[in-house]
Amino acid sequence: MTAIPVETLEQAPEPIVPGAPPPQPLAMDFWRGIADDNPVMIQMLGLCPTMAISNQVSNGLGMGAATLFVLVFSSLMISSLRKVIPNEVRLATYILVICTFVTIADLIMQAYSPLLSRTLGPFVPLIVVNCIILGRAEAFAGKVGPMRALADAFGQGFGFTLALLIMCTIREVIGSGTFLGFHLFGPHYEPQLFFIMPPGGFLSMGLMFLTMGWWGERKKAKLAGASK
Amino acid sequence: MIANLSWIFFSTLLINNFTLAMFLGLCSFFGVTTKMDTGWRLGAANTFVLVMTAVAVWVLNTFVLTTAPYLRTIAFIVVIASLVQIVEMAIKKFLPVLFRELGIYLPLITTNCAILYLALTQTTRGYNLIEGIFYAIGGGLGLTLALTLMASIRERLDVADVPALAKRMGLVLIIASCMSMAFMGFAGMGSG
Repeated sequence: MTAIPVETLEQAPEPIVPGAPPPQPLAMDFWRGIADDNPVMIQMLGLCPTMAISNQVSNGLGMGAATLFVLVFSSLMISSLRKVIPNEVRLATYILVICTFVTIADLIMQAYSPLLSRTLGPFVPLIVVNCIILGRAEAFAGKVGPMRALADAFGQGFGFTLALLIMCTIREVIGSGTFLGFHLFGPHYEPQLFFIMPPGGFLSMGLMFLTMGWWGERKKAKLAGASK
Repeated sequence: MIANLSWIFFSTLLINNFTLAMFLGLCSFFGVTTKMDTGWRLGAANTFVLVMTAVAVWVLNTFVLTTAPYLRTIAFIVVIASLVQIVEMAIKKFLPVLFRELGIYLPLITTNCAILYLALTQTTRGYNLIEGIFYAIGGGLGLTLALTLMASIRERLDVADVPALAKRMGLVLIIASCMSMAFMGFAGMGSG
């Protein structure tokens, strides 16, 4: 799959790139994207797709997979080419690389899963302008070696999918009374349609941020109490 | 003809508002809406770019992309990026004050999903040039409306006594939810 000579790029001692992330074990690069530096819940990036298509769990899975695919391959490509790309035109180059992989993902989805492709509609090509991917390219992949970029891309991709799935689960379970299409509450449950409509998206996201904030404060208070 | 155009305009402006119903351009919606002035100015800049994009996309679809539809996304993003660059240079030259105020959010219009969304839907719905321009104006004014409303609410919020926990994004999202709910009321216009 990866014909790019990873070793030859890695053998030379890394010159210190200004603004490069400090060296860390690969597992940390991966884990950071899921928990401490989650793209949606902590960095607040990629909010548009997180709210727009999160009314069904199946949509969330499809969108998460497509974003993960684009993120992994574009990070790998950008990180491998980081010494070739001139600094002045790096953003344009990043966008073109990302766009290529988005087109591939879009065509694959249209061919193998036309139903999902129709439901997600323009939100698959819109992955191009998802801030997470360009943000990772600019802040991470363009400055470190391919292995670290891959670990980071997988972490951020899974972190995004996780946030998406949490949103989808809340909205589908409350809004339609189903999970992945299975009815959960029997015939007498009246679906709260509000949650699968646009305002429900904003509300679930807001409640999620409030919960995260409350949780963070509580953790901080506990730490302060322990140190006393 | 007129009925069709006004339907496109009003449905994009109110019923399918880009920000509040379609979740597009949320980065700038949450990022710049702390001051009313910047809010509506960014809206105006967005509207301008949207209209230029609508024209460019029509040209691309009619003359260039007929033989290679799979290059659509790439062609659109390149054209949008160059357009934003041109607008940025023009604003820097002729309106330096506005240029300083918009700052980072001006180049960020490139990655505003509303612009690419407009390009893609204009293509799938097969709008002609006039319809495309009306669609862009409706969408742009809708964005401006949402940005201005949100900014004015947040200006008031600054002096309100809210719990420290809600001072950040949480409360803003819940306000957005209420605004979105209010805009859902316009959906009745479609059936009437």
